Amino acid sequence: MSPLSAAVETRSLGCRYGRFWALRDCSLSVPAGSVTALVGPNGAGKTTLLHLLVGLCAPSAGDARVLGWAPREHPLLVLPRVGFVAQDHPLYRGFRLSEMLTLGRRLNTRWDDALARERLQRLGLPLDRRVAALSGGEQAQVALTLALAKRPELLVLDEPAASLDPLARREFLGSLMEAVADGGLTVVLSSHILADLERVCDHLVLLRSGGVQLSGPIEEIVAAHRVLTGPRTDPASVARMHSVIQQRHSERQTTLLVRANSHVYDACWQVGEVDLEEIVLAYLGLGMPAAPVRREVAS
Amino acid sequence: MIEFRLDMRSGVPTYLQLVQQVKQAARLGLLQPGDQLPTVKEVVGTLAINPNTVLKAYRELDHEGLVEGRRGQGTFVSRALPVAAPADHAALQAELQNWIGKARAAGFDEDWVAALFAAAVHRSFERAA
Repeated sequence: MSPLSAAVETRSLGCRYGRFWALRDCSLSVPAGSVTALVGPNGAGKTTLLHLLVGLCAPSAGDARVLGWAPREHPLLVLPRVGFVAQDHPLYRGFRLSEMLTLGRRLNTRWDDALARERLQRLGLPLDRRVAALSGGEQAQVALTLALAKRPELLVLDEPAASLDPLARREFLGSLMEAVADGGLTVVLSSHILADLERVCDHLVLLRSGGVQLSGPIEEIVAAHRVLTGPRTDPASVARMHSVIQQRHSERQTTLLVRANSHVYDACWQVGEVDLEEIVLAYLGLGMPAAPVRREVAS
Repeated sequence: MIEFRLDMRSGVPTYLQLVQQVKQAARLGLLQPGDQLPTVKEVVGTLAINPNTVLKAYRELDHEGLVEGRRGQGTFVSRALPVAAPADHAALQAELQNWIGKARAAGFDEDWVAALFAAAVHRSFERAA
C-alpha cells in the first residue's frame, strides 16, 4: 500500500448494545503521525469508538479502517501494528516486571525487548519488582512501555492519565511525547483533562451523544473561534455570517461564542480570542468562556 | 544548554514562549554562537508537549537566522543577538532606576509605574516600526 495519509478512517460508524446506540453515524479521519485527542462527556461513545478501532467490538453500522484495513475482518493485518492501553491500564498484579516482558515477547510478533528493558531502567523500575508493588503512575508507565515495545504504528490510549497525580501525569505524557518524537507513531487518546490535551495533542475529535461534533487540527480550531461581547441584541445578524455555537444574554449584554467564517468586522462587538478548553466547553454546552458578563443585582 | 519552562496561563502560544526564551537567553549571553539547543525529544520529555510545537519554534528561530539545524546532530545557535555592551547596560539600568525613584516620589505606585513604562515602550516602538 502507498503511505497512508489517514491512520484511522471511519464512515458512518455505529455500534449498538441491544437497542441502545453507543456510537452513531461517526465519520472521522485521524491523520498519520498526529496526536489526536478524543473528548466528550461520559457516555458520548469514546470508549466504544476506541474499542471499535482495536477490534474489541464489532461495528453495527458503517465501517472503520485502521492502518488501511477493517480490524475485525483483517485482524492479522491490523492488530500487530496497534498498541492499546485500556482505561485502568490492566497488568497482571502478581507478575514480576520480567514476567510481564516475557508475556509481551510471547504474545507479540514485533516485540522489542531491548526497548522495553531500556525504558524500565530509565524509569528506575527493577525487573524483579512485582506489579502489585508499583504506584499508579508506575503501573501506567509500565503499561505504556508494553504498548510501545510492540513497536506500534498506531497507539490507542483510553483515559491514560485520569487516575494519576499531576506529577505522574506530566511524566507519563512526557514519555508518550518522547515516543512520538522518535517518529512513525500515530496516537489517539481520550481524556477529560483538557489542559493536558492542549499541550500534547495537535488534532481534536469531539464526540457528543454518539456523534462527531467538531474535528480538525487544534491550531485551526482555535484560530477559527471568537468570543463576541456587545450590547444585548438578537444574534441573527451574526448568525448569517458565522456559526453561533453558544449565546448568553444578560439584561444589557450579549455574549456569543462563534465559529467565524471570515473576519468579524461589526463594530458593535468586542472580539476576543478563546482557548481550546473554552471552545470544547461551549460545544459541550457546559459553560461560557470567561467574558466580562455584567451581573445585574436583583432588587 | 538552556532549560525551557512554560506558563500555560500567559495566553502566549507555547511555540512562541520557546522562541522568546531562546532569544532572551541569547540576549543575556547565556547562549553563545555554537551552543546546542535541547533536542526535540529532550524538550517534549520534560515539558510534555507535542513535538510539532518544538519543531515550529526551532523552525521560526531558523527562519530568523538565529539558529541552524545540522542534520543528525541537532540545532545550534548560529549568531549572537546584538547585545548592549555591559557598560551601556549598567548605565541604562541606573537611568531607569533613577526614573522609577522620581515616579515613586511623585506618588505613583508599582502598578502605575509599570503601566507608564509599558505605554511608553508601546508608543516608541510603534512609531519606530
